[in-house]
Amino acid sequence: MRRRRYLNNAGTLVLSVVLVVWSLAPIYNMLLISLEPEGDVFTDHIWPKAPSVESFWGVLTQGHWYLEHFWRQFANSFYIGAMVTFFALLFGSLTSFAIGRMRIRYGWLVSHAALLTYVIPASFLAIPFYRIMQNYGLADNPWSVIAALVAFATPYAIFVFQEYGRSIPIEVDESARIDGASPLQIYLRIYLPLMAPALVAVGTYALLLAWNEYLYQFLLLSSKASMTVPVALAQFISSDQSPWNYMMATAIIYALPPVAIYYAFRRRMAAGLTMGGVKG
Amino acid sequence: MDGASVVDVGRPAIRRGTLSRSLRGGLKGGEYTWAVAFVVPYIAVFVAFVAYPVVYGLWMGSKMSLYRELFADPIYQSTVVNTVLYLALGVNVKMFLALLLSGFFMRPGWWMKALLLIFVLPWAVPQISTFISIHWMLNGEWGFLNNALYTLFRVEGPSWLNDRWMALGAVIVSHIWKWTPFWTLILLAGRMAIPLEIRDSARVDGATGVRGFVHITFPLLANLYLICTLLSTIFLLGDFNAVTFISGGGPANSTHVLATLGIRDAFEIAHPRLGVAAVMTALPLVIPLVIVLMRRLRTAEVQL
Repeated sequence: MRRRRYLNNAGTLVLSVVLVVWSLAPIYNMLLISLEPEGDVFTDHIWPKAPSVESFWGVLTQGHWYLEHFWRQFANSFYIGAMVTFFALLFGSLTSFAIGRMRIRYGWLVSHAALLTYVIPASFLAIPFYRIMQNYGLADNPWSVIAALVAFATPYAIFVFQEYGRSIPIEVDESARIDGASPLQIYLRIYLPLMAPALVAVGTYALLLAWNEYLYQFLLLSSKASMTVPVALAQFISSDQSPWNYMMATAIIYALPPVAIYYAFRRRMAAGLTMGGVKG
Repeated sequence: MDGASVVDVGRPAIRRGTLSRSLRGGLKGGEYTWAVAFVVPYIAVFVAFVAYPVVYGLWMGSKMSLYRELFADPIYQSTVVNTVLYLALGVNVKMFLALLLSGFFMRPGWWMKALLLIFVLPWAVPQISTFISIHWMLNGEWGFLNNALYTLFRVEGPSWLNDRWMALGAVIVSHIWKWTPFWTLILLAGRMAIPLEIRDSARVDGATGVRGFVHITFPLLANLYLICTLLSTIFLLGDFNAVTFISGGGPANSTHVLATLGIRDAFEIAHPRLGVAAVMTALPLVIPLVIVLMRRLRTAEVQL
């Protein structure tokens, strides 16, 4: 019996070590290269010999030709993320209020359309979407990206809001209605406050979706001033003169906000909710 | 939003009070206008940015000659093989690992909780950051992997991304690395939602270890596992980033998948219709998947 427990513990330990090495290797590699002094990327050691934060400093002060618009691009990413979050929450909550609380006729058609959007791969629509944005005259405009991402984030919002709304008794709305509240008042004063946990969860999801998205931002944003961080980051991957230490430092700085948000809201995004994080 | 809702799979949707409500008269005039005003913004977004691109895409890819051109293209032929391999291995290995690891993470103790926090990091870090890092890691001359192999074992590693099968393997392994944590969390939530009494009484009856898994845990998780597998299949089919950043479709365009080939045809060789056609050839797989998923997600009320 004791021998068995010993083996069990040893097994747990071995598996834990394997999982830690497996999970952290590419992340360690990012850190390792970002800590190399400039020009020293082509080395053969596996730990930082002379760690230097030069490349991080270079990113923050835009001190390299490749980074000359870094803060602008960071702001672009943030702006797109904030707008996508706002509109996904607004449209999602309005729609689920009308379908789930007001029980509008043919509401099921709308929720089916949303569900269908959720299961269509977004990348499959990229080519016609690009064409359409050209026709609309929205090329190189952040609003084209915002439109695409709102279209793909809102279905998930509708889905979650409807599920969550079922836990709120409909009698709450009815009594307000009898007291003479208009639908808009019920939406603003009763529905939104009661839905706060779901709003936080979906808001986090939409923000992370927009921050991490690459394909649409790459296709639709072409000038250096309108680009977002992932597009700028990916620009030099195929070039032989890639400033790898700066790229990795940028990759780490770009990863910090979503990782922080994820760990901060981990409990609120709760088990089931995390599922939506797949899309995109 | 509690973990339990994940596993509401299999419970029929009978919570509809719609009928009695509409018998009581439904919405009055002014209220109806409000309700319509509330759904119009989303409907507008759906029509302009989802339905219109879908129809436009179907129209762009509607000429038969495109498909003759496509099928004759050797790059397309290898792309189909890659896509099938990517789907078969990427989805199943990942989901199976997630199933096993979710059982592992059920163990008690602070160590497991700490390990889980590290384990989800690959998923929490943005795709572009990690995939670029992996790309450089696999560099034959200066990459971390070969440096580590040499330092630790004095083995000269190969040039990983210069061979079709190794490059494709690298893409698949990276996909598994990136997404296993996420599906593990989902299946872990599913396991947690199995009532303690069921697990306890199963243990009393002698169903522990493998037998407990085969007779108790897996039957209860099977529906969730199936939905996760189907969703993961469709998401992987649309995955653009892993191939783009790890192998770049190379060497010599031998590791493309349908999603990246479509973008390459449309933007690198400037033949958008051919790109749409390439993506359209995935429809025979996408349509049945979408139909099954829509049914399952609707009736099962799985909390996504």
